[in-house]
Amino acid sequence: MTLKVENLRTYFFTRAGVAKAVDGVSFEVGRGEILGLVGESGSGKSITGFSVLGLVDPPGRVAGGRILFHGEDLVGRSQGEMRTLRGKKIAMIFQDPMMTLNPVLSIETQMVETVRAHDRVSKAEARARAVEALGLVGIPSPDERLAAYPHQFSGGMRQRVAIAIALLHRPELIIADEPTTALDVTIQSQILAVIQGLSRDFGMSLIWISHDLGVVAGLAHRIAVMYAGRIVETGETDTVLDSPVHPYTIGLMRSVPANLERGEPLTPIPGMAPPPLGRSAGCPFRLRCFAATAACEIEPEEATADGHRWRCFHPQIARAA
Amino acid sequence: MTIFIIRRFSQSLFVVFLTSLLVFVGVYAIGNPVDILIPADASFAEREAAIRALGLDRSLVAQYGTFLVNALHGDFGRSFVFNQPAISLIFQRLPATLELAFVALAIALVLGIPLGLIAGLKPRSVTDETIMTGSILGFSLPNFWQGMMLIMIFSVWLGWLPSSGRGESGEIFGITTSLATWDGLAHLILPATNLALFQLSLVIRLTRTGVRETMPLDFIKFARAKGLSERRIISVHVMKNILIPIVTVVGMEFGSLIAFAVVTETIFAWPGIGKLLIDSITVLDRPVVVAYLLVVVTMFIFINLAVDIVYSMLDPRIRLSETQ
Repeated sequence: MTLKVENLRTYFFTRAGVAKAVDGVSFEVGRGEILGLVGESGSGKSITGFSVLGLVDPPGRVAGGRILFHGEDLVGRSQGEMRTLRGKKIAMIFQDPMMTLNPVLSIETQMVETVRAHDRVSKAEARARAVEALGLVGIPSPDERLAAYPHQFSGGMRQRVAIAIALLHRPELIIADEPTTALDVTIQSQILAVIQGLSRDFGMSLIWISHDLGVVAGLAHRIAVMYAGRIVETGETDTVLDSPVHPYTIGLMRSVPANLERGEPLTPIPGMAPPPLGRSAGCPFRLRCFAATAACEIEPEEATADGHRWRCFHPQIARAA
Repeated sequence: MTIFIIRRFSQSLFVVFLTSLLVFVGVYAIGNPVDILIPADASFAEREAAIRALGLDRSLVAQYGTFLVNALHGDFGRSFVFNQPAISLIFQRLPATLELAFVALAIALVLGIPLGLIAGLKPRSVTDETIMTGSILGFSLPNFWQGMMLIMIFSVWLGWLPSSGRGESGEIFGITTSLATWDGLAHLILPATNLALFQLSLVIRLTRTGVRETMPLDFIKFARAKGLSERRIISVHVMKNILIPIVTVVGMEFGSLIAFAVVTETIFAWPGIGKLLIDSITVLDRPVVVAYLLVVVTMFIFINLAVDIVYSMLDPRIRLSETQ
């Protein structure tokens, strides 16, 4: 197992109180596996990704749980120890390609420094590896483009550069935080194809963080749906999408236009996700849930059936069957 | 780039011409130098002769015309007081002022950037609060009072450093400078520090703000996710971004550093152009004042041009392309 996260809790200790951004999340990613981490804004999916790399900014910190990378716990490791892992064994791709590259440094500088942060190689060799990585993600004439600056690339090209940087050390795990959200649809599908191919070719594991069920459906082997800092439903992609049991997952799927007849109105989930501060006890989704009853005043335990797991007192199994 | 420089150069010529006109008329309006230069008991004939000798009997337009023609030949007139070419008076004194200004700038940058970094990286810590309070003092204390306090503490009480004059100067690479001798250096420390304090505070604040704005950006987090060391992130990724505003503001301010030198030079009896200007204004030595202002304007123009060029080297997004 490449990554095993157990009961992860990442809290933000603010003056207004403790914001439990990630509140008891557990999941696993095997070698070469793609896990889709799905949820709406503020559900804690990005913070989960940052927690794995030890990159949660103060006042936030991992307050509990274990993050096992090849069986070794990363929680409590020093920044120096984490640094040797970042970019080398675990890489990350960010949401907004317009913001992830340093505007005043050339692509070459930003790639060469990444190679040399982990491997003692000459500049020429580092450069050769950069050219190779740019070629892998489909950037034409990479040798010339290396001298360019980020503003000379389009958004899609910048995201390819960011992916190339993530690939420089052939990491075992890539955490991709909504890497296609800021791109238009045609570029999005190109980037998806690039990443999918690379993951397959190099046996890289992938955590694909997204709010877009449609993107994840075509990409991930397994899906974990997050809501208010918890994973409310997880399982094989086909199982979860064909027979979702948690009312929230069902609500999400009803909000995707692709599942509907043309002209039919979408069914949005009523209300808003609860803010991370001042979440009340019990199931966090109960106030927006069509199936909520008095039983939901207590936090539901995880239930499981054939690797399909959910946290709900009223799983919609009958509906799915 | 070449076209950019040529265009800037022609614009600059126009600015210099306009300044010369303004300055000439301005100085003409201030007062009649004859009243000060000629003793009160001089006879009417002596007075008339002096006025004619200085060319002050002619109309403003005629005087300006003569000045302009001569100026184009490199002649800015002779000082009424010293009876020397005004421009050579200025160039004799200019190196002392430039030396003072450059050393002050160096102090401001060498101390200001690290202090600003420390403050910005640990916001609201005791160190940060101390540095920021210090920078408020540097901003708000009057320059002349500050200078007198420095003399009081380091010359009078402690007796460590001399309080006035330029001291011995030596030559480095053919340039006469105080930096070549210990005595010169000792004379330079107090006035340069006094001049630097305002700029120092400015650099500290700019650096701190820059750090605070840059650190939370995505590309810094991405740099961390790449596994870069904190040292590399700060010295390359953060620094290169915050140098852009620092270069701009400090470059623009360098001109006022030379202008502010007037006060510092007066307090520390530093033989620079600031002191020459004050003396010339008191006796209405018109050619010196006009020549001084033209020299300063020209320097401002060149500093700004240099800033624009450095700026474009630092920020690839605004490379000066031929199409501009």
